[in-house]
Amino acid sequence: MTTIVLLTLLHLQISPPKDVRAFDTPNDAGGSITITWESSPDVEGYRILRMALPDSVYTPVDWVDAATKRYVDKVKDGVRYRYIIRAESGIAYADSEPTDEVWSHGNVFHRGRTNVLIGVVVYTTLLLSFIYFAKRGKKLFVRKIAGLDAVDEAIGRATEMGKPVLYIPGLSTISDVATLASLNILGRIARKAAVHGTRVIVPNRNPIVMPVCQEIVREACLDVGRPDVYREDDIFYITFSQFGYTAAVDGIMLREKPAANFFLGMFWAESLILAETGASTGAIQIAGTDAVHQLPFFITACDYTLIGEELYAASAYLSREPLSLGSLKGQDWTKLIIGGLIVAGVILVSFGSDWFLGLFSG
Amino acid sequence: MRRQLPLAICFVMGISMVVQFFIPHRVSQEFYRTILDWYRIVFAFSLVLGTGTLIKVHWAKISKKSKGWQYSIITIGGLVFMLTVGFITGIQEGTLFMKVFEFVEVPLEATMFSLLAFYIASAAYRAFRARTVEATLLLIAAVVLMLGRIPFGYYLWHKIPGIAEWILTNPNMAAKRGIVIGVGLGMISTALKIILGIERSYIGGGK
Repeated sequence: MTTIVLLTLLHLQISPPKDVRAFDTPNDAGGSITITWESSPDVEGYRILRMALPDSVYTPVDWVDAATKRYVDKVKDGVRYRYIIRAESGIAYADSEPTDEVWSHGNVFHRGRTNVLIGVVVYTTLLLSFIYFAKRGKKLFVRKIAGLDAVDEAIGRATEMGKPVLYIPGLSTISDVATLASLNILGRIARKAAVHGTRVIVPNRNPIVMPVCQEIVREACLDVGRPDVYREDDIFYITFSQFGYTAAVDGIMLREKPAANFFLGMFWAESLILAETGASTGAIQIAGTDAVHQLPFFITACDYTLIGEELYAASAYLSREPLSLGSLKGQDWTKLIIGGLIVAGVILVSFGSDWFLGLFSG
Repeated sequence: MRRQLPLAICFVMGISMVVQFFIPHRVSQEFYRTILDWYRIVFAFSLVLGTGTLIKVHWAKISKKSKGWQYSIITIGGLVFMLTVGFITGIQEGTLFMKVFEFVEVPLEATMFSLLAFYIASAAYRAFRARTVEATLLLIAAVVLMLGRIPFGYYLWHKIPGIAEWILTNPNMAAKRGIVIGVGLGMISTALKIILGIERSYIGGGK
């Protein structure tokens, strides 16, 4: 009798969790329900109890510590559930009110990415507008990029010296946009080299990038009417090992002594080893990467460096195709808009308004 | 048709992947996983292709006795050895394959990586020569940063670590973010040009 009274008193001492809500987890593929609650004072933790309808019994799902106020439960889509959160402290406990019926389903739109979608639509519209203007013959000014103006000089030098051009398309995979940008530039450089009958050596770290490089150089040679210049053996795979590849390319630079080295794409720690070895051979070097941490190394060791976005602008710059140049103008205008948004954000936040920041959070 | 088909595939797949990014539904996730599986399969086949060119290039060097042909023997020998050992002993922990990897390949890679220290020294020497205003600013910033990272800098003047931190978190971070914004826009622009077929030099087209 005494025990029952004691247990009842202990039970009464704990407050049940308040404001318990169960809802389908937003922006997910389905299969989960999120439960939230307001914490109770002086508890050791919470036990999550679940009842799948039409059952009438709650079964324990999990136990979480006192600091937790949110739990994501893995469930079956379409089945209706109710939840109870039980606050526990020793042998005492207190149950919350059961939640309303809830069921999970997969979402067809990620609402947290609405701002991204708006940004993409605005940016795409701007790009397409400028591409349209360019198509109609509107003259578009593009600032000079020294590194790209030097491409002709580099290839010309290689031709005069009778030495090859070495092209490194970065060390990343084909799914990396920097690699795609690099492959676009390779097409332009291969065309120019083929016109002069200059060899282009392309050692590859990625086996998927290699056949793409072969195809690009082959097509470039065919396009300028110099299929005789194409040598399949000059575009080859070395190894997937980062520093194994670096050692091999260093060896090529020292043995073949290319007159021009292009390092365009994604690079990691090997950037300086490659660029310094190339500099020691006396080759003219043009680098470009979007890897911010590797830029100082390239700037130091190379004659010209394409910084970040210049890598992506290079193909349009070299080709001077109006459609591609139009996209560059679109980029510039978007940067202007982003600059304006940053200034507006700084002013609004300085005056204590946070709603503007909320527009950019997921 | 030879050009149109790859462009059409690129357009459909590119748009599909953009749409997929905004749809968290299970079907969309499954589609994404399938694409990743395809990528792995293509990678496996391309590895065979890559290894084929590796053998072809080095075999040609050996037959022609080109400069450094002896290294080509080591390359092909190493490839054949590792393939044979891998097929015979497997690639689990403790096998000969893993021992060669751990005690030959890994130290060789580490050696190559450690060369970076010497290259940084030579590159720093060139970068920090105060020939222009920009190079002088770079030199000053670098000296402050280096001093800020060592106890000696603090003993020299207790405010140096704070100044070094300010350089990193303010002008340095501002420049980095500027580059990153440009890179992000460039990425989207490049992707869009490829999806729409404006940029087609990757299939050998374009002027």
